[in-house]
Amino acid sequence: MDMDVPTTTDRVSLREELEAVGIEEILTQLDRELIGLKPVKTRIREIASLLLIERIRKRMGLTSGAPTLHMSFTGNPGTGKTTVALRIADILHRLGYVRRGQVVSVTRDELVGQYIGHTAPKTKEILKKAMGGVLFIDEAYYLYRPDNERDYGQEAIEILLQVMESQRDDLVVILAGYGDRMDKFFASNPGFRSRIAHHIDFPDYSDDELIDIAELMLREMNYKFTPEARAEFVRYIALRKNQPLFSNARSIRNALDRLRLRQANRLIADLDHVLTVDDIKSIEASDVRASRVFGKGGKSAEAD
Amino acid sequence: MPQNDLTTRSIPTSRRTPAKEAEMNMHSMTVRGKDRYKSGVLEYKKMGYWEPDYEPKDTDIIALFRVTPQDGVDPIEASAAVAGESSTATWTVVWTDRLTAAEKYRAKCYRVDPVPNAPGQYFAYIAYDLDLFEPGSIANLSASIIGNVFGFKPLKALRLEDMRLPVAYVKTFQGPATGIVVERERMDKFGRPLLGATVKPKLGLSGRNYGRVVYEALKGGLDFTKDDENINSQPFMHWRERFLYCMEAVNKAQAASGEIKGTYLNVTAGTMEDMYERAEFAKELGSVIIMIDLVIGYTAIQSMAKWARRNDMILHLHRAGHSTYTRQRSHGVSFRVIAKWMRLAGVDHIHAGTVVGKLEGDPATTRGYYDICREDYNPTRLEHGVFFDQHWASLNKMMPVASGGIHAGQMHQLLDHLGEDVVLQFGGGTIGHPMGIQAGATANRVALEAMILARNEGRDYVHEGPEILAKAAATCTPLKAALEVWKDVTFNYESTDMPDYVPTASVAM
Amino acid sequence: MRITQGCFSFLPDLTDEQITRQVQYCLGKGWAVNIEFTDDPHPRNNFWEMWGLPMFDLPDAAGVLMELNECRKVYGDRYIRMSAYDSSHGWESLRLSFIVNRPKDEPGFRLERHEAAGRNIRYTTTSYAADRPEGRRYG
Repeated sequence: MDMDVPTTTDRVSLREELEAVGIEEILTQLDRELIGLKPVKTRIREIASLLLIERIRKRMGLTSGAPTLHMSFTGNPGTGKTTVALRIADILHRLGYVRRGQVVSVTRDELVGQYIGHTAPKTKEILKKAMGGVLFIDEAYYLYRPDNERDYGQEAIEILLQVMESQRDDLVVILAGYGDRMDKFFASNPGFRSRIAHHIDFPDYSDDELIDIAELMLREMNYKFTPEARAEFVRYIALRKNQPLFSNARSIRNALDRLRLRQANRLIADLDHVLTVDDIKSIEASDVRASRVFGKGGKSAEAD
Repeated sequence: MPQNDLTTRSIPTSRRTPAKEAEMNMHSMTVRGKDRYKSGVLEYKKMGYWEPDYEPKDTDIIALFRVTPQDGVDPIEASAAVAGESSTATWTVVWTDRLTAAEKYRAKCYRVDPVPNAPGQYFAYIAYDLDLFEPGSIANLSASIIGNVFGFKPLKALRLEDMRLPVAYVKTFQGPATGIVVERERMDKFGRPLLGATVKPKLGLSGRNYGRVVYEALKGGLDFTKDDENINSQPFMHWRERFLYCMEAVNKAQAASGEIKGTYLNVTAGTMEDMYERAEFAKELGSVIIMIDLVIGYTAIQSMAKWARRNDMILHLHRAGHSTYTRQRSHGVSFRVIAKWMRLAGVDHIHAGTVVGKLEGDPATTRGYYDICREDYNPTRLEHGVFFDQHWASLNKMMPVASGGIHAGQMHQLLDHLGEDVVLQFGGGTIGHPMGIQAGATANRVALEAMILARNEGRDYVHEGPEILAKAAATCTPLKAALEVWKDVTFNYESTDMPDYVPTASVAM
Repeated sequence: MRITQGCFSFLPDLTDEQITRQVQYCLGKGWAVNIEFTDDPHPRNNFWEMWGLPMFDLPDAAGVLMELNECRKVYGDRYIRMSAYDSSHGWESLRLSFIVNRPKDEPGFRLERHEAAGRNIRYTTTSYAADRPEGRRYG
């Protein structure tokens, strides 16, 4: 571990310290990668600052022991929780709070077994892989099934709680899921609540942010909207948001995949046309308009 | 220009100007058609033994010779002569060549380079067709390549520097009977060099006294003890006495430590029958390892390797006698060639130098030998004296043995130079310990384990070596004593055999 | 008596911190680490019992230590060793093996001698502890 310098100091240059660990780069990267999410970014900056100061305090001999770093990420699907988890792992790693910085992302299925004696080894297998890094448990509330007393999820919960307490310097656990369900989960599992140091809420994206996200994704794939197509897509977003199973950035990505499919079909249909780079890159309004989101009643969801 | 010159045979000193000679040598001068076989004498380079445009086939055996021609002899002609005399040529043209596919069988010298910083010496690359050699026979290989040509009068000196052995040929050999991996599995020892010691004094101990040294050394912490090369069956100790007492010592030490132990029982003898008899007895007594000397000859070595494979025995080779032809830079056979031949022949252990000990061994050259023993593929590394890419085609690996004038205080250097897959033999460094043989063995084992522990922890053990040893000695009196007694012992002499190519620092542009 | 099998038996028993560093070295090399235990430490007993499977693809030694501590809870009265397996071609065997737990008392081995033909003696090594049934040998 690079954090435990045994000699105490009484003078620290904050700038040098910051540059040495290079977290500013990660924060900038986060700004670049993720559109919007202002409150999330602010919280992360705050946590990073806290941990930086904590590290200095430790060196000055003002604090000892590993701080609790487990977190909960609440918000709807597609609001950037996984991406932020990766960056958080980076930050923790650079500051020396986790040794390797890998993120192991799981759901109930990977932790909980099907029969007696199956759960403990499964949970431990995952914990072993996550040691030295971050364990990200998506939709953590599925671990707890109050309607079934003998649910094996309880066993996983107990192992997790124990490791979260006794091996705080070996791994950081992030519990993620919908806000309301997480609240209920914490209410019935106070053990988790008390072990979580940082709660971060991920708001839904605004319409403007979603169109920015779409354009960023297209740019990364060397595509672009024509002005008319962009206007159509603004309309698409407004409609799609009010349909079931909307999941923010993830729905945008899926929509763009279908746009590319339709664009390709359109281009192939006219074999005599000589294509320019611009043709190949452009998504036209007609590609957008063909979506079933614009259809009668707009009832169809993701499978437009 | 006289094509046939019956008055001066072999290599005429050149009557051409050096410039003219050099220009002509750039191209093949092979005489073709009927003229080639006209009775009389023809220069070797015109007989087809100098083919500068020849590209060696994947199945060719390539030899690299260091050629030192007599004054005034054209180096190309001298090199072509080496190719000729080590393959089909004789001193005169023979018509019977025409009954054969002679062009295939002619060794072809295809490249001659002046040796850097050595005026008058040349590196000659010579390619031999695979059909020139009997499969699986070092005797045949060596009889061809070094059989006759080393005494050739027009040469002042000749040295076989390296050989490229094609996979097609490698595959005709058994290779090491046991190999490094299986040896470790059998001995149940992983992650560190093995430790050994040669019983001293070399000569004069009775069987009972000899076994005492073996027991003390093994119980103290060594993995192996070893007979010396000239311990065979002499008036002071008949071989059976030695085997019986040594195996009592091995078994007692095994029970005392709970570890597998071994002692290299030297089965070298005057006849193959005697050697087989001794090897059988060693097996009957439960020994894990036997030993032979290089002087028994290549065929005997191959026979013993086959015996060892059939009888689950590790085969140790002492390179007795090799320095008579490996040590001098200008004449003889390089040890790297011997190492290659021995890997083919099938021994499991081979003495390959210590770098820091009492016997010859420049670090870079020694590194080349170790790579030849242990790697599955050796890329060309001129700075280590390795001239060819060599594929070993999964032939077992040979365990190099470092022996002669090494002690516990050099543990960090030994580990750095020689790596992990090696037997470190501390003869004097065990038996000469002031507190006794067991203490000497313990000192070596503790020093080794402490160094491996530190290396694995990521410490800069090469520089912190003395510190690491001192710390280990704090809880180990025998190590403390060893470090004290041998603290000033080093052997710093100029090596007689070093690589000709030295890496130069390049400027990054 | 102290059994000196394994890589570090001549050093004082390794602390958990030292074990962690050795395990991390193995993981860094891409080797799978296996925990093995036995109450029959005969030098030719190759197959100690496995505590689960070799642990593949772990980035950090803490997971291995977690298992070691579990194993000690159950078999703390026996020998436990760490074995690191290298799957690379041309090796495909152990690369490092060292003892991380020992019984409090190590009675060692008896050397039996059977006089055979001539001067030949057949030797057999037996563990004193192995006289009792498995599971009741130490402590």
